[in-house]
Amino acid sequence: MESDQMVIFKAIIRVGGYALIDAENLTKKFGELTAVDGLTLHVEEGEVFGFLGPNGAGKTTTVRMLAGLISKTSGEAKIGDYDIGNRKDRQKIRRIIGLLPENVGLYEDLSAYQNLDFYGRLYKCSEEQRQERIEYFLKMLGLWDKRDLLAGTFSKGMKQKLAIARALIHDPQILFLDEPTANLDPEASKMVRDFILELKKEDRTIFLNTHLLSEAEKICDKIGIIKTKLLAVDTPEKLIQSLGSKKTVIQLEMVNDAIVQAVRKLESRKVEVARNKLVIEVNDPIKENPDILNAVIAAGGRVQLVSEVSPTLEDAYIKFVRSMK
Amino acid sequence: MDLENTWTVTRKDFSVFRKKRGIIFTWIALPLASALGFPAILFFLVMRHHISYTQLIPLFNAFTFFFIMLASGIPIGIASYSMIGEKVEKTLEPLLATPVTDGEILLGKSIAAFIPSIASTYFGAVIFMIVINVISHQQLGYYFYPNWTAGVFLLLAAPLACLLSIELNIIASVRVSDVRTAQQFGGFLIAPFLVLYVFGEIGVISLDAKTMLMVSAVLIFVDILLFFVSRSTFRREEILTKLN
Repeated sequence: MESDQMVIFKAIIRVGGYALIDAENLTKKFGELTAVDGLTLHVEEGEVFGFLGPNGAGKTTTVRMLAGLISKTSGEAKIGDYDIGNRKDRQKIRRIIGLLPENVGLYEDLSAYQNLDFYGRLYKCSEEQRQERIEYFLKMLGLWDKRDLLAGTFSKGMKQKLAIARALIHDPQILFLDEPTANLDPEASKMVRDFILELKKEDRTIFLNTHLLSEAEKICDKIGIIKTKLLAVDTPEKLIQSLGSKKTVIQLEMVNDAIVQAVRKLESRKVEVARNKLVIEVNDPIKENPDILNAVIAAGGRVQLVSEVSPTLEDAYIKFVRSMK
Repeated sequence: MDLENTWTVTRKDFSVFRKKRGIIFTWIALPLASALGFPAILFFLVMRHHISYTQLIPLFNAFTFFFIMLASGIPIGIASYSMIGEKVEKTLEPLLATPVTDGEILLGKSIAAFIPSIASTYFGAVIFMIVINVISHQQLGYYFYPNWTAGVFLLLAAPLACLLSIELNIIASVRVSDVRTAQQFGGFLIAPFLVLYVFGEIGVISLDAKTMLMVSAVLIFVDILLFFVSRSTFRREEILTKLN
């Protein structure tokens, strides 16, 4: 039995955001190869967590460990109240998670309905629950009319959506999506992304493995960047902010050394020249741009266009990933 | 072990097998060819060489013994496809992510391979026995089938041989990634039964109910042993990491 203090403590944590995924120094080695090295992360209830990294960075291995599919080498991780290192807990973990693996793995000789019904049975959903949820998801995905068609006849996008529905059939607390839009054409990718956004509205906890930065930026509340080790973890905005300055781009009729030097003299800022454009790092564009423009004009520059470039998640990602090389 | 989960896996495999023409063909063609082919041989011997059915009675038992070999041969394709199909079609990872246990998966798949294989064997055996009774009744003056020897062969030894084949094929298909390799491994299983058959023909042993009772006792032991071996060799982590 839990003590009253513990119950209250847990309730407080829940109000402030309860970590449904809680990993401390999680490591996985395959022989000599370290696939995941000392991963520490926390994903709160209702959060969409994006896990970004290049191929072979350890994203899938992390998901498999957290989903109780493969063992850890060292470290600790809890999914809800269950320890991934405990064999009995792993069985319980599988009940509260839904997994969309990188390869959708649908039974192509079974219909869409049969695929979902099979998994619903394994998760011990009652017949009523199965019927209700299958209808709900297939209608939501626009597949209800195709429920009796073999999954093998579906397009890649439809298969992907069906596989997400399969992962949701038992109404899991946490949904692990491993590269849900990989190998899909842009239209199918959008279809799947929109579906994930719908799930986000339902306050589901989603752990999203991806190497598509735009996808992560659009969907995720928090992002972790991994390359065997966890390189950074924060909200997309803060990761971008961590890069610091924005950039002002001034397109001139012609760029010469006098103009470049004039700009550089202003608080010795960093200036890059790209053809007839000056790319200048600024901290506060509204405050600094008038001085920069005055300096350019005073040096004989004829301004054609002024625009602003903000750092992107891609810049942040590349910075962190390259820092490992 | 949750038998409901086991049955769910079995039912799913049945639904998948129903769509595989090659598997359906094996279920029907092999037993039918045996059921009609063996009596045709006997009929040919009687008609062309003027041998009486009374003289051919030892061959009746030998041909009945063939149905034990059939029971061990039919599941080779199904059992190896059952596991390797999951690997090749990448359906194993989502399946392993459910709360279903290794034992439930293996038992479910074994039942899914066992029921149609043994039903198909019996389908052939029943046709065989009926045809033999029809063609031999006049000369023998009695119906040869059913008899105790056939009962032990078909109701005891055949299901046990079928189970043995399924378990060996599942063990093989967990370790390899293509159906043919698993089938070649499973094909070795027929060898001991072939040896028994040859020993019976050259008179080293007698292919009768007593011998098959002893063989069946060994098969029961081996079948139980192999179930535990298949469970211990089913390593989720190894299977998953080798898949990619």
